[in-house]
Parts: sequence; C-alpha cells; structure tokens
Amino acid sequence: MRRWLPPALLLALLVGAWQVATSTGAIADALSLESFLVPSPAEIASSLWENRELLAENAWVTLREMLLGILAALTVGLAFAVVMNRWRPLKDAAYPLIVASQTIPIVVIAPILVVWFGYGMAPKIAIVALICFFPVTVNALDGLRSVDPDAVKLMRSLDASRWQQFRRVEVPTALPSVFTGTKIAVVIAPIGAVFAEWAGSDSGLGHLIQSDTAYFEVARQFATIAVLAAIALALMGLVALAERRVVTWR
Amino acid sequence: MNADLEALARPATDAAAVSVGALDHFYGDLQTVERLDLEVAAHEVVGLVGPSGCGKSTLLELLCGLQDPSAGAISVGGREEAVERLARSAYMPQRDLLFPWYSAIDNAALALLNRGASRAGARRQAAALFERFGLGGFERATPSGLSGGMRQRVAFLRTLLTGKPLLALDEPFASLDAITRGEMQEWLAGALRTNPRTVVLVSHDVEEALYLCDRVLVLSARPARVVAELRTPAPRAPDRDATVTDPAFVAAREQAMRALRRGSR
Repeated sequence: MRRWLPPALLLALLVGAWQVATSTGAIADALSLESFLVPSPAEIASSLWENRELLAENAWVTLREMLLGILAALTVGLAFAVVMNRWRPLKDAAYPLIVASQTIPIVVIAPILVVWFGYGMAPKIAIVALICFFPVTVNALDGLRSVDPDAVKLMRSLDASRWQQFRRVEVPTALPSVFTGTKIAVVIAPIGAVFAEWAGSDSGLGHLIQSDTAYFEVARQFATIAVLAAIALALMGLVALAERRVVTWR
Repeated sequence: MNADLEALARPATDAAAVSVGALDHFYGDLQTVERLDLEVAAHEVVGLVGPSGCGKSTLLELLCGLQDPSAGAISVGGREEAVERLARSAYMPQRDLLFPWYSAIDNAALALLNRGASRAGARRQAAALFERFGLGGFERATPSGLSGGMRQRVAFLRTLLTGKPLLALDEPFASLDAITRGEMQEWLAGALRTNPRTVVLVSHDVEEALYLCDRVLVLSARPARVVAELRTPAPRAPDRDATVTDPAFVAAREQAMRALRRGSR
C-alpha cells in the first residue's frame, strides 16, 4: 500500500494541475486554440463514461490482438531461445540478425503486412508478435546462458538425464529472465497493436484514435489512450502476479 | 525405516577402489596435472592438499568422469570409461549449490528423483538421513533459510544419497567460519564412520585433511604432482579438539606444511 501512495499522490497532483490549467483556459489561450481541443481531466472522464460501450468494443479487439500476438511471441521466442542455447551454430548465426532486425522500425513493416494479410486480425497479431519476439527471446536466452556450469556438473554426477538437467536446473534458472522479457513484451504490445491498426483496420483502440483525429474528438482520444494504458498496466500486473506465484525462491 | 537406512548405508555398487596411473591433463596449452599416480583402497579416505589453483578440483572432476584426461588412466571400481566412472562417483562441489527452487529435502533427494523415484519415496529415504544427521525439522526449509553449516550437511547428504561408492569432495567446508568448520569436520567424521565410503577429499586446509583422512597427499603448484605422502595418526577420531592438539598430529601437520611449502616453489 505504502509503495502505491507516492506515485498516486503525484498523479493526483498532475491531474489537478491539468484540471486547473484547462478549466481556466490557460493552455488553450497560450496555444491560441479552441478550448474543446484541450480537454480537461473532467471532460475526458465524462467522455470515458459516455463512450463506455464504444471503448469496450474496441478495447476487446485490441486486447485480443495483443494477447494472441504475445502468445505467439512467447511460443516461438521461448522455443527459439531453447534451440539457440542448445545448438551453438544457430545462436552464432541467428543472434546477430535478431539484434540487427531491431533497427527496422515496426511502423514500416505494418503496411507491408497489411498488404499481405489484409485488414483482418492476422497482420495485427503478426506485428504484435514481431515486436514482442525480441525481448522474449533475448531475455530467455540470457536466462538459459546464466546457468552455472558447476550446477550442470553436479546434476550429471547426480545421474540427471539431459532432459532432467533442463527441467530441474535450466528452466528454473531462466524463469526470472523469462518473466522480465514477458513484462517488457506486455508493455510494448500496445505499440505494435496501435501501429498495426493505423496501417489498416476498421476497429480497435488504435483505429478509434486515428478516426477521432479527423473529427477533432480530442477528449475521446485521451479517453482511448487512458483505456490503452490501463490494459497494458493490467497485463503487466497479471504477469507480475504470475511471477510471484511461480518464482517463489526470489 | 531400518531397512531403508541399511540400504542407504550400503553402497549400491560394491565398495570401489580408485587407481590413477601416469595422469596428465591440459587446458589448452596449460598443464594442470603432471604424471600423477594415485591408489585409493576401497573405503579409504584420501586427502589431496595443495596450493590454490594447483589443479586439485580438476583432478576430482577427472576421477568422477566429468572430464577425460589428456593422457594416462583412471579407474574407479575397476572401470576406466568416463561414463562408468560417473556412475560410480558422487561429486560434491566446492559451493553447496543447493537449488533455491527445491526444499532442503528435495535437494538432498535429487539423485533419487533423477533415477525416477517418486517424490514421496525419495523424501522418505532422505528424511531418515535428515533425522540421523542433525537436520530433523529442516526438511521443508528453503536453502536460504539454512545456516552455512546446515547447507553443507544437506549438500553432503545429497552426495551420500546417490548411493555411489566413491565420494569426491571438493573443499566441502571452505566457505564456513572456523568454528562451524571444526564442527562440520567432526560431523563428517561421524558420518563416514557409520557410512564407510571410498572418499577423495580435496582441501587447502592441512588440518582438515589430516583429521578426516587415512592418508594425505601433498600436491605441488600447477601442474599438480605428488610431493609428499603422509599417514595420519588418528583418522576421524570422535574428539576432534583432542586429536588436532595431540603431539603426533601436530608433528604430521608440520611435516605436511613443510612439504606444501616445498611444493609451492
């Protein structure tokens, strides 16, 4: 509880200052804008309430894209990390490419995938998976490589098969890193989902933000951003909870 | 329970002798062991002392079949292949290496679990030893909840529970403070009196080796060669304090220290 208090107080302070600055029209005046383009927290909150059904519908679309994308990244990324850890030549060949691939901005990939896969779920899942693949794989590989060589010797002397060494030593050693990678993946997944929706879609929170730009629905844009952030935070919390349940020895 | 204890006290395979002949070992260009000969009789406890970094640990890994020598022959219980040596030797590494994701008893029972014992069966077997070796009540403790001495006891029980005839102990008490180390040496002496095994003990502590072993070999600085061999006056006597202050023991310690200094040059 005590850990939550300082950031909650700071947030309340910032929102309060924003409320004062917008309701007096200070920001809109300074920027020479109409006041509806600079909504106050109260206006955003009421937009959140009024559009709750629209937001929930679109949030469900984006959430599904994110979850399926993260799941795909975890499946492929963890398998890839295990194989790279076991088979050195693959790691030597693939790891530098995986790192180098991060220089390609996901924004430019998204339209290509839309061309290939159309406007449905597939390109969104693919983009979320692509963006999440890197932190999942790299962290899992780091975790696997941090296995103590003496622990492996010990397990061999204790008659462990290769599979038992993996299950009883390598997996538990790597688990904290796997959770670290998953937490990063969960936080960046919304970025992938939003870009994917911007590249071409007819629903989702990213699509909603984009179409609201055309109609100057700034209050609803802020409300949508708040929903997106809440989803990412909730997922992060779930992963942290799972980590506390699974990694009990830390 | 008694049947269990007897089964544990009796090694799974027959008591094994160890024989090393003209052993050479290299790490790349670096020679760690040079023409080393070593004979250990079944149920004999032999100590290897030498300066830090002299290749003692490497020697233990070679004995246990965790590595293969560059030249020369090693046999454990009459078999020379690495996999057969591994099947006959239990290695206790320098650090306790208890896995924090297992309770104390599951750590101790790891070899049984690896061989396919049920968790309940493995725990039952390990629990008997916990009671007997002063760890009763700590079965479910996590390794981080144990003192340094207790962790080493669990690590030793883990080695013992392999049921293998050769125990290869690498500086088992190096990480402990002087008082705990003395207690643990007395404890290990007792454990070996009731569970006789062939033991090769590596240590840089001359007193520890002289107290625990039947015979102590003093090794030179790298590459390791045998520079002296000593018979110890009172191996694993019940009263450690009286033993290590006995004039015969003190004389043996002086002799070992002189050999150690000679070998370090």
